[in-house]
Amino acid sequence: MTDTKKPNTVPRKPWTFDDYTNSEIRRAAATGIYDIRGGGSKRRIPHFDDLVFLGASVSRYPLEGYREKCETKVVLGTRYAKRPIELDIPITIAGMSFGSLSGAAKEALGRGATAAGTSTTTGDGGMTEEERGHSEKLVYQYLPSRYGMNPDDLRRADAIEVVVGQGAKPGGGGMLLGQKISDRVAQMRNLPKGIDQRSACRHPDWTGPDDLAIKILELREITGWQIPIYVKVGGARPYYDTALAIKAGADVVVLDGMQGGTAATQEVFIEHVGQPTLACIRPAVQALQDLDMHREVQLVVSGGVRNGADVAKALALGADAVSIGTAALIAIGDNDPIWEEEYNDLGTTAGAYDDWHEGRDPAGITTQDEALMQRFDPIVGGRRLSNYLKVMALEVQTMARACGKSHVLNLEPEDLCALTVEAAAMSGVPLAGTSWVPGKDNY
Amino acid sequence: MSAAMKTIDLAQTDLRNLNASLQQSKSGQWQVTNPKGSHALAVGLMYPIEVAVQGSTGYYCAGMNQEATVHVYGSVGPGVAENMMSGTVIVEGDASQYAGATAHGGLLVIKGNASSRCGISMKGIDIVVQGNIGHMSAFMAQSGNLVVLGDAGDALGDSLYEAGLFVRGEVKSLGADCIEKEMRDEHIVTLTDLLTRSGSDAKPEEFKRYGSARKLYNFNIDNASAY
Repeated sequence: MTDTKKPNTVPRKPWTFDDYTNSEIRRAAATGIYDIRGGGSKRRIPHFDDLVFLGASVSRYPLEGYREKCETKVVLGTRYAKRPIELDIPITIAGMSFGSLSGAAKEALGRGATAAGTSTTTGDGGMTEEERGHSEKLVYQYLPSRYGMNPDDLRRADAIEVVVGQGAKPGGGGMLLGQKISDRVAQMRNLPKGIDQRSACRHPDWTGPDDLAIKILELREITGWQIPIYVKVGGARPYYDTALAIKAGADVVVLDGMQGGTAATQEVFIEHVGQPTLACIRPAVQALQDLDMHREVQLVVSGGVRNGADVAKALALGADAVSIGTAALIAIGDNDPIWEEEYNDLGTTAGAYDDWHEGRDPAGITTQDEALMQRFDPIVGGRRLSNYLKVMALEVQTMARACGKSHVLNLEPEDLCALTVEAAAMSGVPLAGTSWVPGKDNY
Repeated sequence: MSAAMKTIDLAQTDLRNLNASLQQSKSGQWQVTNPKGSHALAVGLMYPIEVAVQGSTGYYCAGMNQEATVHVYGSVGPGVAENMMSGTVIVEGDASQYAGATAHGGLLVIKGNASSRCGISMKGIDIVVQGNIGHMSAFMAQSGNLVVLGDAGDALGDSLYEAGLFVRGEVKSLGADCIEKEMRDEHIVTLTDLLTRSGSDAKPEEFKRYGSARKLYNFNIDNASAY
């Protein structure tokens, strides 16, 4: 007896045209607009997870956890500023705008940062009273749009951050869609309510590093050389961008990799422009070292920092501090599964929600909707952020002590190895189990 | 020159001391000599003082001015009166790029010509240029008024929001979403006031008014060619 049933192969979808890709093609065809979303790169790219600490053994001895001192204090802005910023922990809160976030969310970020002894940062849209009033150390961003920019706020800032670019979109501007332009947001930005507000991709009154040096001079003259001036760059050409920022007179360079978030930008921009954070750090540190400015000009790294291990690895690669944005929002309640039903109603799920620009955030954080904003308690949010920051600091200390370091800034590349060839090449530390650093010494 | 006028000679005093003196002064008249193209001169002034600069300056003269009157008896480099909040800045000569960029208030008078991007992203300032202006002027201008007694270069008012543009001479081309608009009575009143305050003798009826067509205010794929 013969078997007449023909076996079928399992249906196979093309790798190139996967479900997400096809859905995006259909969405673009139906709407005629590119996909805009918040957040940073979502695809798997080399990251801090691809590094591990070696820890101490016979050749090194560790420090006793919770007993032997491991300092976490860092000082930013020691090059020129009369009043550098002293932070209790090497973790700061990144710039996020009032407009993209509610006033209460900005207040929570200020409360949490202050309780943890660190700084927070304004964003595109100016300085709000909620934020200034609850932030002991506040960095005031100086952005291409200059929305809300005024000299009174400059003088009451603790530092100025000249934003040249950001990791989610190096070379790109932004767009705050009309549905988030409330009366208050419109008033702060000098624009009519309800219209899309474009944020320019470059500054209106300077181009290039020579001009930037003069712009920094002007800002120092207006603020009496009192406060530090940071320069923030997206992770595009980290060696040259860092070198030019130093040359222009920056006290601090903030370097944001492609996992760094944005409030609203084209998906295609977020995923296809810029370099991973991990790949940016060593070239930037090299620029600082080549100019004999490492530790004199501080380096703050951002883009996908999630826990104390990430922080410790960034410091070991040569950063002085890190900055967090997305993680801070999650800490205060963004994308929390308690809102799952409402995320489902928006066609998404907790952890994937990124349409912050639409202003319908169930958590009441990335919205200007009065009813949704009422859901968010800035005191609770601030406490959650403070807890999270302190946990991260403890984790950094744990890593540092295991490597025998009495200060987190004593961590060094020699404390690390890489789990993949790519991560080894990007971070400049050896592949695990070898002494091989791809690209070093011509092999 | 008033007998009470104080003089600071930039050949004898450094920029920091000059700006600190001006920033701390709450009233009175000052004269700055030997500016010799210095950058960031008379920036961040906060009080209603009068400053006469005897010569030409570099970048960002009178940047972020509040309340003060700064009169430059020469020409100015890029970004004069950038982000000015209030007060008055008068330039007897020409101005380089980005004059009055992002400024929120006050009056900027340029008696010569202004280069490209005059009034870029202006947010409430009034600018009167008695000569010509360069290309891409009033780019993304949000509010306030730009008055030009001479000609305007290419792409005037590109991506304009709600600023008012008044040009007496030729406009080489208009930027995206900028159109000529009807000159109504309220515009004549505004223009007359600005011409008077700036010491200009032109007649309001000689000007044409330009403003935003408001077609780019909310994204629409059918306008893709304009983006």
